[in-house]
Amino acid sequence: MALTREEVEHIAHLAHLNLTADEAAQYREQLEAVLEYAARLQAVDTSSIPPTTSVLAPHSVTRADEPRPSLAPEEVLRQAPDRARGMFRVPPVFE
Amino acid sequence: MDLTDLSLAQAARMLRDGEIGSLELTRACLQRIHRFDEKQHAFLALRPEAALDEARQADRRLTTARGEGQPAGALLGVPLAVKDVVCVTGLPCTCGSRILEGFTPPYDATGVARLRAAGAIVVGKTNTDEFAMGSSTENSAYGPTHNPWDATRVPGGSSGGSAAAVAARMVPAALGTDTGGSVRQPASFCGVTGIKPSYGRVSRYGLVAYGSSLDCLGALTRTVEDAALVLGVMAGHDPLDSTTLEQPVPDYLQSLTGDPDLHGVRVGVPREYFIAGIQPEVEQAVRQAVQVLAAMGAEVREVSLPHTDYALPVYYLIAPAEASANLARYDGMRFGPRQAAPDLWQTYAATRGELFGAEVKRRIMLGTYALSAGYYEAYYAQAQRVRTLIRQDFDRAFSQVDLIACPVAPTTAFRLGEHTSDPLAMYLEDVFTLPANLAGIPGLALPCGFDSQRLPIGMQLNGPPLSEALLLRAGWGYQQSTRWHLEAPVL
Repeated sequence: MALTREEVEHIAHLAHLNLTADEAAQYREQLEAVLEYAARLQAVDTSSIPPTTSVLAPHSVTRADEPRPSLAPEEVLRQAPDRARGMFRVPPVFE
Repeated sequence: MDLTDLSLAQAARMLRDGEIGSLELTRACLQRIHRFDEKQHAFLALRPEAALDEARQADRRLTTARGEGQPAGALLGVPLAVKDVVCVTGLPCTCGSRILEGFTPPYDATGVARLRAAGAIVVGKTNTDEFAMGSSTENSAYGPTHNPWDATRVPGGSSGGSAAAVAARMVPAALGTDTGGSVRQPASFCGVTGIKPSYGRVSRYGLVAYGSSLDCLGALTRTVEDAALVLGVMAGHDPLDSTTLEQPVPDYLQSLTGDPDLHGVRVGVPREYFIAGIQPEVEQAVRQAVQVLAAMGAEVREVSLPHTDYALPVYYLIAPAEASANLARYDGMRFGPRQAAPDLWQTYAATRGELFGAEVKRRIMLGTYALSAGYYEAYYAQAQRVRTLIRQDFDRAFSQVDLIACPVAPTTAFRLGEHTSDPLAMYLEDVFTLPANLAGIPGLALPCGFDSQRLPIGMQLNGPPLSEALLLRAGWGYQQSTRWHLEAPVL
């Protein structure tokens, strides 16, 4: 499983990860090795096998939509790196 | 008597009977941590003053309960530690990562809340591989934990801090989490007992998510009785975790009484687990441990789990895929530090690129790749289908036997730095523990011997979903017949 440098950069972009050139080169090699190891799964015939998304039997988890106590806004905002007027302050999305 | 030698159950009993006080016990634990943790580095955060305050309160409640002839909480006055990927109100929760530096959760995980309601005292948070991704605790951004049996070796991971703290007699019990073996493998490397419950038996609320279809909250203790005690308090349905099961929780301690007899219990030994590459002393010790179970009356037979070879690649696609989604929330907006950059998107990438460690980034990359357009079917979906085959292997085996006995890990504790440059070699350490997470079944790690370097060896027992009572009974019986779990490292 050969990975190109561009593919590694594309994955990093999708994952919102800045990588240094050294990191990108190292991950290219290491991901290649892991994917090559994982390629053995391709040999398994799973044409009639359903996927496991959870080991639990599917069940409904809905509940009544009723108001109930939750954390106070100050408590939640206390952890934020930047806040203003009872909200998270974030860098501009658009200029 | 050294109070730090007491098991959790012994300490709880003696506290109730007034033979010891919580203040002296908690102080003894804190003193031991103070004395040895500079070398071991099992802890990332401590709350000595708050713990001693709670111990004084516990002593008052214990006295009142005795005076009135009332039952006290099952763990009233007992100190314990919590892995740093599990939320405890008011204590930093870093997950071993710089991206959560300074984050202090305003709530308790359900498991922690239940232990505290039973009277337990949290003394601190233990070291972990970053976001529980690792098998050696070397991936902690705050430096590795050292194995109490040999400080040049890893304690295993990712719950290495908890395993080392329990082995080093700093606390009688510690919580761990297990996504691919992170309770059982460090338990094995440090010579302690570790329980990973069935998926859905214990709430994941307040456990920082890594692989949500695999994550379990468990415990590291020195005896099976202690594991049963902690599990019994934590287990059960939780409205805050929709994947917890409604089934009632059996009285696990009740199953640890009477004659430790295993007549009528069929124990399977999977032939695929005794492979080339397994350390011969590990195989020998585990086979001898199985003989002990046989001598107790168990009927031992060979079983086959034919898809064992695929568990590792399945896990290392599914867990990173789930991780890549779960860790998307760490973007420097709502908690943790933020790296300054000109706009929002660059801020995300700069914060994540700078503050996640190498292994976390590697798994996010791997998971993002496996889920990306063009590769989803071939990697992620195929891994989910092979996961079904692995589950079916266990279903078939458990139609022939009640329990499975096997090694926890192919080797004893390796040296610090031995696998850090080769991720695949590190992943191979999890080969015998991953299948239980993929199948959602419980696992119990038990000390069963030492290698020639006097490093602990662990045996694993697995059972079908919700078979914890039988698993614990067999493990308890084993510990009634052996003394491996009583051995302590010289620090």
